[in-house]
Amino acid sequence: MKASHLGLMIVFALFVSVVFGTLMRDEPKDQLWFGAQLFTAFVVGGVALGWILYFFPL
Amino acid sequence: MRATTADREQSAIYTYLICLAAWAIPGAGHLLLGRIQKGLPFLIALTLMFLCGLWLGGRLFPVELRQPLVALAALADMGIGIAFFIARSTGAGAGRVVALTYEYGNAFLIVAGLMNMLVVLDAFDIAQGRK
Repeated sequence: MKASHLGLMIVFALFVSVVFGTLMRDEPKDQLWFGAQLFTAFVVGGVALGWILYFFPL
Repeated sequence: MRATTADREQSAIYTYLICLAAWAIPGAGHLLLGRIQKGLPFLIALTLMFLCGLWLGGRLFPVELRQPLVALAALADMGIGIAFFIARSTGAGAGRVVALTYEYGNAFLIVAGLMNMLVVLDAFDIAQGRK
């Protein structure tokens, strides 16, 4: 199985979102909502940051 | 009714045992406290994250005091509990520096350990009756 950078970032975001969503909220519905928000923020933020850095080559 | 010194000592021992269990096995503290809807996601997510880190070729760092960053990474790795020592004893966390996913593996292992430390603190708060 070949691991891609985007795929690994999504898996990482998923694990962190699950843990923080569970940790920060008590009700299952709130946990799910907060976790989904975190996951979206991680993935969208990561991709956006990637595109911003694209315009600043090393 | 006022708590006696013996009651307080017993309560403190119980709290520390919960913390020890929470550190040793991710989510175990919450499960022992009856918070199954929290303990189960911790157990599954943190264990899988740790295993992913090993699969990606991450390294379980040794405690080297001469290299403070390595020592800090080792401390973070140890946060996952017994799994760290099992992996170390079986040689699973040797790390493949040449692997493309080496740094990803390290990030997974370190973050899994650090998040388990937060889970231990949460279990401590619940055991103390703050939550």
